[in-house]
Amino acid sequence: MKPTSALTLAAVLMATAAPLSAETLRWARSGDALTLDPHAQNEGPTHTIRHQMYEPLIIRDVTGAFEPALATDWAPSADDPNVWVFNLREGATFHDGAAFTAEDVVFSFERAQQPNSDMKELIGSITEVRAVDDLTVEIVTDGPNPILPSNLTNLFIMDKDWTEANNTVSVQDFEGGEITFATTNVNGTGPYVLQSREPDVKTVMVRNENYWGIDQFPMDVTEIVYTPIQNPATRVAAMLSGEVDFLQDMPVQDLERVNAADGLVVKQAPQNRVIFFGMNQGADDVEADNVDGANPLADVRVRRAMSMAINRDAIRQIVMRGQSEPAGMIAPPFVNGWTAEMDAESTTDVEGAKALLAEAGYADGFSIRLDCPNDRYVNDEGICQAAVGMLGQIGVTVNLDAKPKAQHFPLISDGQTDFYMLGWGVPTYDSEYIFNFLVHGRESDIGTWNGTGYDNDDLDAMIASLSSNTDLEARNADIASIWRVVQDEQLYIPIHHQVLNWGMSESVGIEVDPEDQPKIKYFTMN
Amino acid sequence: MLAYTIRRVAQSALVLLIVGLVAFSMFRFVGDPIENMLGQERTVEDIERLRDQLGLNQSFAVQYFKFLEGAVQGNFGVSYRQGRPVAEILMERAPATLELAAVSAVFAIILGIAFGVLTAIRRDGFVANFIMSASLIGVSLPTFLIGILLIYIFSVELGWLPSFGRGETVQIGNWSTGFLTTSGLQALILPSITLGLYQMTLIMRLVRSEMLEVLRQDYIRFARARGLKSRAINFRHALKNTMVPVITVIGLQLGAIIAFAIITETVFQWPGVGLLFINAIQFVDIPVMAAYLMLISVMFVAINLIVDMLYFLIDPRLRVDRAGGH
Repeated sequence: MKPTSALTLAAVLMATAAPLSAETLRWARSGDALTLDPHAQNEGPTHTIRHQMYEPLIIRDVTGAFEPALATDWAPSADDPNVWVFNLREGATFHDGAAFTAEDVVFSFERAQQPNSDMKELIGSITEVRAVDDLTVEIVTDGPNPILPSNLTNLFIMDKDWTEANNTVSVQDFEGGEITFATTNVNGTGPYVLQSREPDVKTVMVRNENYWGIDQFPMDVTEIVYTPIQNPATRVAAMLSGEVDFLQDMPVQDLERVNAADGLVVKQAPQNRVIFFGMNQGADDVEADNVDGANPLADVRVRRAMSMAINRDAIRQIVMRGQSEPAGMIAPPFVNGWTAEMDAESTTDVEGAKALLAEAGYADGFSIRLDCPNDRYVNDEGICQAAVGMLGQIGVTVNLDAKPKAQHFPLISDGQTDFYMLGWGVPTYDSEYIFNFLVHGRESDIGTWNGTGYDNDDLDAMIASLSSNTDLEARNADIASIWRVVQDEQLYIPIHHQVLNWGMSESVGIEVDPEDQPKIKYFTMN
Repeated sequence: MLAYTIRRVAQSALVLLIVGLVAFSMFRFVGDPIENMLGQERTVEDIERLRDQLGLNQSFAVQYFKFLEGAVQGNFGVSYRQGRPVAEILMERAPATLELAAVSAVFAIILGIAFGVLTAIRRDGFVANFIMSASLIGVSLPTFLIGILLIYIFSVELGWLPSFGRGETVQIGNWSTGFLTTSGLQALILPSITLGLYQMTLIMRLVRSEMLEVLRQDYIRFARARGLKSRAINFRHALKNTMVPVITVIGLQLGAIIAFAIITETVFQWPGVGLLFINAIQFVDIPVMAAYLMLISVMFVAINLIVDMLYFLIDPRLRVDRAGGH
């Protein structure tokens, strides 16, 4: 053979080998998973990493709709309203080859209910999980629970035998500093297998060739290299220099640069997070204002006037560089109970706001302190600064106190703030979750994030009845009427829905997931 | 000698105690770790239980005492963020910082001395003037800006060097090293320049001024009069006599390089103890913050202690003072 033909042959061989060659996805975002134990932490980036290797019964696809994962279908039991029946997937195996059965589901739910588990609140209504046969489980709740499936999309299933054999049945005692086998090892049913992991440095996962859905999903990525990069400028530089194929947590000021760069695109979608201000309206007098013996925030006209003073379009254009959707209610648009009409109810009317304030007896305005985080939401401090100026136009003098989140959130939990910023995401996609935390009067296990001091017993009773109302139409009617009260009382001042941006190289094909939880099995690479 | 040593060691221990005290009294202003540790579905009971478990309800004197009690036994507690023993995390992260510091120090010393000598010998040359002006950048620009500039030029525009991380590392026992792989060595270049630039200009300016001083001395003139080659004069006679104060400064700056690697590590996502510390502050990871601050202060105190002891050995006047009085 002549040398030239040998070269040609080599070239042909390489060309035909290319489609089989490894497709590595280099993926970066600002933070790392805190642990690999499926039940030890209930936190976004931690769940995102787990989703590549473990699977729950049900997942959400990129539109937020349910998609079967380890369960193929599910329905409330015909005989008992307190029971949900899940049919499980046949032929799914764990990474070590063991078959997935109902026994593993029962075991995993029981594990997630242990005291150390961070997932126990989400499945608090479950009293029993029983295996009917190898591929059927029944989940029993303490009353009818129509939205149970929404609480299961981050509840991962482990292999009972593997977990027992490795002495890791107890959930990692995270705060006690316990290192269990499950903290650093993974045996899930998911599309990727853990290859190596250095916390905060690098995590490598490879494609699971025995995955049950390998023919069903694109699964183009054969290897995932996940690197947290904390500094926003470095993160963007890594993307621009081609060292990263897929980037989360994009700084908004760099979106245009990345989009303009050759071979890179930025995709966006509304995020499951709404930003708003809370006001302490329950107290007789508030400390953070200059009005003695009275609480201006207790008057709904004052709250309405403050909301009318906020120009949400200006915030969107100037502070957020177009990366937000003005909000009129404190529910993200995917959530059951959200309506376009209510989300459009926030209007800007400075003159009307002044008139309302005068009517309420504050024609000269008043002054108040606004507590704001500076490292939690997109441009959080900038939004607060803009609000200070806007409220100043109607005579409300706002003193801004912006702090790191570690100092800001305890103020809300401890009731030490009278005017504050908060953002809220709804993992269950149902309004009940919002009402439970933000509208219900504050008690030790409900209304825990309601810093408004608002406490309406009738409304609380209505909220409490939602969890067991199986008549979905009646339930939705109740949700709508609760929202009407929240809107009319101007319980909160909605600002906007955050917009999520993912940067990626042009070869990566994926749509933005509103929960900011990319599932790499959906990615195409070309 | 013994009394002097004991006194210095006792003083050092006191300094450490005070550093720890100041650090601990600051932690309460950093924020509350509880909200970071529990998900948004947490109940009031969860908060109370965790606060109790971590001992955050105790007074700060009790917390400080407990920390000291553990620290003398080598137990720095458990990281709130990673849920692992702090000592283990620090051991894991230390090689990255030490390697970066070592390369930066070598870079700063070699180039600093070379440029210092050059600018002293050719005082009015174009190159010397250029170096002197350029060195102002090293002194005046903040580290993070230098880092970002280097990333922009060498990673984004030219695409020569990686913008973040350590590249491939090789594990030798407990030590992970980046010296043995090409990507590891490439990854070291930009961060070490960023970290060492300030020290380099400092050494350069020090060498230059000391050298100019020495070159004016009589023995240099006599050496010239004897007809010695200028290379021998500059390097054998002048430079040697310049080095005494320079070495002292280099010793102290070495500690500073390790301690101030925080910013460089953040810019380059360098997985060392500095980045760990920044993460700890954001998360209010008190055990990690406490252990890091104590380690850094132990290091500084130790360097100073050694320097003091060396002075004692070198400088006979100190000994005379202690022994006989006046």
